[in-house]
Amino acid sequence: MDGIHDLGGMAGFGTIAYEEDEPVFHEPWQATAFALNIVGIGVLRNHNADEYRHSIERMLPVHYLQACYYERVLTGAATLFVEKGLVDLDDLEARAGGSFPLAAPNADDPMVDLTPQPVARFKVGDRVGVKDIHPKGHTRVPRFCRGKTGTVLHVAPAFSFPDAAAHGGAFRKEHTYHVEFASTDLWSDAGSENESVVVDLWDSYLEAAAS
Amino acid sequence: MSGQTKIASPEARTAALKDALSKKGLIPEGALEGVIQTASEEWDPKNGARVVARAWVDADFRKRLLEDGTKACAELGYEGIQGEYIVALEDEPTRHNVIVCTQCSCTAWPVLGLPADWYKSPEYRARVVREPRKVLHEMGLDLAKDIAIRVWETSAETRYMVIPCRPEGTEGWSEEQLASLVTREALVGIALVTSA
Repeated sequence: MDGIHDLGGMAGFGTIAYEEDEPVFHEPWQATAFALNIVGIGVLRNHNADEYRHSIERMLPVHYLQACYYERVLTGAATLFVEKGLVDLDDLEARAGGSFPLAAPNADDPMVDLTPQPVARFKVGDRVGVKDIHPKGHTRVPRFCRGKTGTVLHVAPAFSFPDAAAHGGAFRKEHTYHVEFASTDLWSDAGSENESVVVDLWDSYLEAAAS
Repeated sequence: MSGQTKIASPEARTAALKDALSKKGLIPEGALEGVIQTASEEWDPKNGARVVARAWVDADFRKRLLEDGTKACAELGYEGIQGEYIVALEDEPTRHNVIVCTQCSCTAWPVLGLPADWYKSPEYRARVVREPRKVLHEMGLDLAKDIAIRVWETSAETRYMVIPCRPEGTEGWSEEQLASLVTREALVGIALVTSA
């Protein structure tokens, strides 16, 4: 989805806060929230990693930007525990002593029709174009590279296709490619010629481009 | 939602979720504690630092690391979730590598540890792909204009780590001494390694 999570290249953000010798968790609840999600994925099999990422993407934009990372983890995991019926929202709110904001529901028609590509179609050095797609559900094509052309630097092994895995679609694996885009091809205000962004993209997001 | 209006604190909401799942007997004993212990103690950027130091002193290991990062890291015992496909990016005098995940905050947990807040911040995720030289400057790293920058977006299953340039003046140093120089920041590419 073209959501608030897809932040790459968005303007208006200020300086990056940096903390010296930062602890792994700042507060105990953050560790618990992290662990609840990991147990939800790995032990309870309540949800998979793609459903989890998308549950966070479905958070209201205002909530997303105001929440710290572990509040986003908590909200995404809780949304999936409620949606799959393991816990009840009224019960959670009674226990918490206040409201418990969850993410918005999944889109009715979350997937774009992309032909599965079980065999790697591209090799190192190929020029590839990124399809200009706008799935309503989960996808891992950042907006900033859609419609752009880049060069394959590396062919990675085949991995589960996230757009399907997040929405109960048929399991499929496709190779991913490390595709390098010149910054000057991505941004009209790019800093210099010798900067680039390498994006890791599944096969069916791509199409052959003229070299 | 129910009649509740005031939003409970994240701490209270976390406790509520844990209680609700526990009451149904869904959380095996010790499961949460086990995850927290692994995240706090085993996933550590010191692991990545040891990988880098080994690559600096052992040319064969360096070659294996660049060919198959996952396997090379596993040689030192660093593997597992979010380390299933590790690719090591070697800095060169004329090219610098920096890592980001713009859409969430993916990183190679077994070798880099869970990411720091700056890595997870909207500011870093939004800006580093668009104005990397400026972002690095603000974070204390000034790169000469003729040094190329590659920003690696962790958008699929590859998990990256940076192999920074070995600092001058460290000839003859032990692997352990070298590892002590490699910071969490250098492994992501927002800092260089210095011997000072």
